[in-house]
Amino acid sequence: MSGGATVERVTGEVIIAVEGVSLAFGGVKALSDVSFDVREHEVRAIIGPNGAGKSSMLNVINGVYHPQRGTIRLKMDGTLREFHDMDPHEVALSGIARTFQNLALFKGMSVLDNIMTGRNLRMHSNILLQALRLGPAAKEEIEHREAVERIIDFLEIQAWRKTPVGRLPYGLQKRVDLGRALALEPSVLLLDEPMAGMNVEEKQDMCRFILDVNDHFGTTIVLIEHDMSVVMDISDRVVVLDYGRKIGDGTPDEVRGNQAVIDAYLGVSH
Amino acid sequence: MFYRENGQYKTTYAADQQMLPILQDRVFMAGLLVVAFVAVPFFASDYLFLSLLIPFLILTLAAIGLNLLVGYCGQISIGHAAFMAVGAYAAYNIALRIPQLNFLVVLVLAGLIAAAVGMLFGVPSLRIKGLYLAVATLAAQFFTDWLFARVKWFTDYASSGSVSTAPIVMFGWTIDTPVKKYCFLLAVLIVFTLIAKNLVRGHIGRAWMAMRDMDVAAEVIGIRPVYAKLSAFAVSSFYVGVAGALWGFMHLGSWEPLAFNLTLSLNLLFMIIIGGMGSLLGSYFGAAFIVMLPILLNQLPTLLGVPISTAMISHLELMIFGALIVFFLIVEPHGLARLWAVGKEKLRLWPFPH
Amino acid sequence: MKKNLPTFILGIVLLTGLVAPLATGASAPGFYIEVLLGGLMAGVLYSLVALGFALIFKASGVFNFAQGAMVLFAALAVARLAERMPLWVAMLLATAIMIVLAWLVERLVLRPLVNQEGVALLMATLGVSYFLDGFGQTVWGSDIYKIELGIAKEPVMILDQLFQGGILVNKEDFVATIAAAALVASLMLFFQKTATGRALRAVADDHQAAQSIGIPLNRIWVIVWSVAGIVALVAGVIWGSKLGVQFSLSQVALKALPVVILGGFTSVAGAIVGGLIIGVGEKMAEVFLGPVMVKAFDLAGGGIENWFAYVLALLFLLVRPEGLFGEKHIDRV
Repeated sequence: MSGGATVERVTGEVIIAVEGVSLAFGGVKALSDVSFDVREHEVRAIIGPNGAGKSSMLNVINGVYHPQRGTIRLKMDGTLREFHDMDPHEVALSGIARTFQNLALFKGMSVLDNIMTGRNLRMHSNILLQALRLGPAAKEEIEHREAVERIIDFLEIQAWRKTPVGRLPYGLQKRVDLGRALALEPSVLLLDEPMAGMNVEEKQDMCRFILDVNDHFGTTIVLIEHDMSVVMDISDRVVVLDYGRKIGDGTPDEVRGNQAVIDAYLGVSH
Repeated sequence: MFYRENGQYKTTYAADQQMLPILQDRVFMAGLLVVAFVAVPFFASDYLFLSLLIPFLILTLAAIGLNLLVGYCGQISIGHAAFMAVGAYAAYNIALRIPQLNFLVVLVLAGLIAAAVGMLFGVPSLRIKGLYLAVATLAAQFFTDWLFARVKWFTDYASSGSVSTAPIVMFGWTIDTPVKKYCFLLAVLIVFTLIAKNLVRGHIGRAWMAMRDMDVAAEVIGIRPVYAKLSAFAVSSFYVGVAGALWGFMHLGSWEPLAFNLTLSLNLLFMIIIGGMGSLLGSYFGAAFIVMLPILLNQLPTLLGVPISTAMISHLELMIFGALIVFFLIVEPHGLARLWAVGKEKLRLWPFPH
Repeated sequence: MKKNLPTFILGIVLLTGLVAPLATGASAPGFYIEVLLGGLMAGVLYSLVALGFALIFKASGVFNFAQGAMVLFAALAVARLAERMPLWVAMLLATAIMIVLAWLVERLVLRPLVNQEGVALLMATLGVSYFLDGFGQTVWGSDIYKIELGIAKEPVMILDQLFQGGILVNKEDFVATIAAAALVASLMLFFQKTATGRALRAVADDHQAAQSIGIPLNRIWVIVWSVAGIVALVAGVIWGSKLGVQFSLSQVALKALPVVILGGFTSVAGAIVGGLIIGVGEKMAEVFLGPVMVKAFDLAGGGIENWFAYVLALLFLLVRPEGLFGEKHIDRV
């Protein structure tokens, strides 16, 4: 992992544009007037203290929450398009995949089946064909199984393929979560604290997987992370949120020097 | 000792995805089918068919239907007898009005009508979950109870409100004896079990289970809740509707209003809790248990020489069901099917403890 | 418009249900008011059962399907005990029995299932409900029993100066309504003013936080189930004196479920208002809408009140899932 090299990499056009987004639950403001963009192929980090609204931001991009004000534009078929009240399914169709902070795996299912659900978007055989498992349905099932097996190989979890995910240790569950998102073959990957609760070795593995995905498939990465050394190491640009507002945006070095960011982290009174 | 999978390598994904990957299981299943289709029809008595085997087969089908919805898709229903009623009355009316129709067609049509009604009552599941849905499904129960008791058209203007079915004929073959009924029901159940198995291991089944386990995550990875939930309601109601039609035509023969009441709904639910939620095998176990317990309670005291009154038996039945539900929820939430799986696992490793 | 359409439809249904009879009632206001009062009477009882239900849901997150079975059990206990002793002793004894029952439920069912999903707990209470139905009838018998409250059942004519024909009111109903209202009021006081009440509300708000400041969760649950048991007892006695104590009480009490849907699961006020709405609504529907439907569709009889509450709750769920007084729930990811 060489931090210096990643910063200079060429990044492309804007793929997600967040403009003036505000979100409130009842009287509680989770996000106020947040704007930033994500460019193709970059690693974009969102950082901030607890309760800064980071996960809410991802949920807004995902279409799980609908902001009261502001717009989200996503790149579809080469152009940025504005979406209103999109539902998560549409967002997934536009090529955005997601992992979760508090493991949201399907715990009654095996590792294989969990990752296979990521292929559901691409599986189209109708219910009658599936019921009889006739030609096209069986063929489709095997094709996607092959794609999933490649992901399983990539994440080095071959030995646990048939194990129910609930029985796996935490670090492996995080990998399965990533695998399920990768199965969508997304153009953007939203990662919500992919390294929370991991030991150093597991973190290194996870960093390697993330950077590999970014390098090999050119997948854009948006990541929330608390471990600053990791953030500074692997991200191209960083957004800093505090109490639902954006207080910093730029390269890791710029953000590190930003007075507002330092105050937020050191807890200067507002 | 003999139950081992060593040396059975799979070289294709197709081989890995088959239903019974272990050779011994396939042999066992084949043996079971031979017994069910050949030995049982020869040796079983009419009593055994009528009071045990026929109800068992039909209720298993209904339990599979409910299990697809509750056990696989995680949508609770405590009014599923409503869809059995829809299936039964639909079949009755279709057979009555188009007498020349093949019984198989009648069954499928009845199932489709039940599926449509099931989807209608499944619509609230798109906005509400869990406990709220329980009340929504109760609405289906009480509304259909009333509908079939009060709207005279459904019962062909019978003054008593009860209906009797026509003889069952298909391809010139009349299904009238208990043995014929048993064989027909067994074949239907096997076909429906295979279809259910295919569905739950296909992408639609994964969508159901994803909704059950973590609905928000399922949406985010691109599963549409509308499609997943409504398809579960539709398929489940189809199964239960067919089971209802079979219950009416093959088990009851004639029935009165309220034959498909809340008690039946709850019994279906108990079958899948005791048998095992999210397990097709569990549906078999649960149905067997619910059918056998009352018979056992009726016979056992007499055999032991301490006869008890019928009222007492029905109270005991309620108490035993109630206590068992709580027991299973606490001790083994995955029901008898899990106990079976654990036993098999032990057998695979035997004589080594781990 | 997308969100307003169902509200609109529900509004129309409610309006035709309540206003149309008013129009016919104009010619016979006395009859209309009698139906209204009859509905309110039933409504108070629904409120009472729903209250027990809402209490348990609030404090332990359990959707208590057994509330109806508890009503039946308590009513059976009072009816049979009262055959041997004065009514008030029987009621005291039955109260003690309900408290023991609450304690057993907490010990044997809730405690082993703590932290399970709501649906598993609902199913457990289904089991409890079956067990209680069977157990109650084994211990107390399964015939129809009477509870004599010692109040005259003859209808009394009131307001006959005001209307042509006046209004017939049952004195017993009147007393029962007042008793139920008094119970509801004292429960409200209990929750607002006493330390136990406050602890209970704390548990309802946040289990873990309540536990961390030293509120014993298990004891609170026993208390809540006991209170729900006593509420069931009162409802059972009133209902029993009206309809006779019999197995069907268990199913009548199920109507508490649509009531709490309407009122909002966690709201005491909601349980009361919801109960009244459903009580009045189904009576109105039965009396005024029933004959119209029978005529229009050539039905074999009325009986709309058997499903009216559930279908109303179903429509309500589509429009306002959190109920009239409930809080909106936000999913966290």
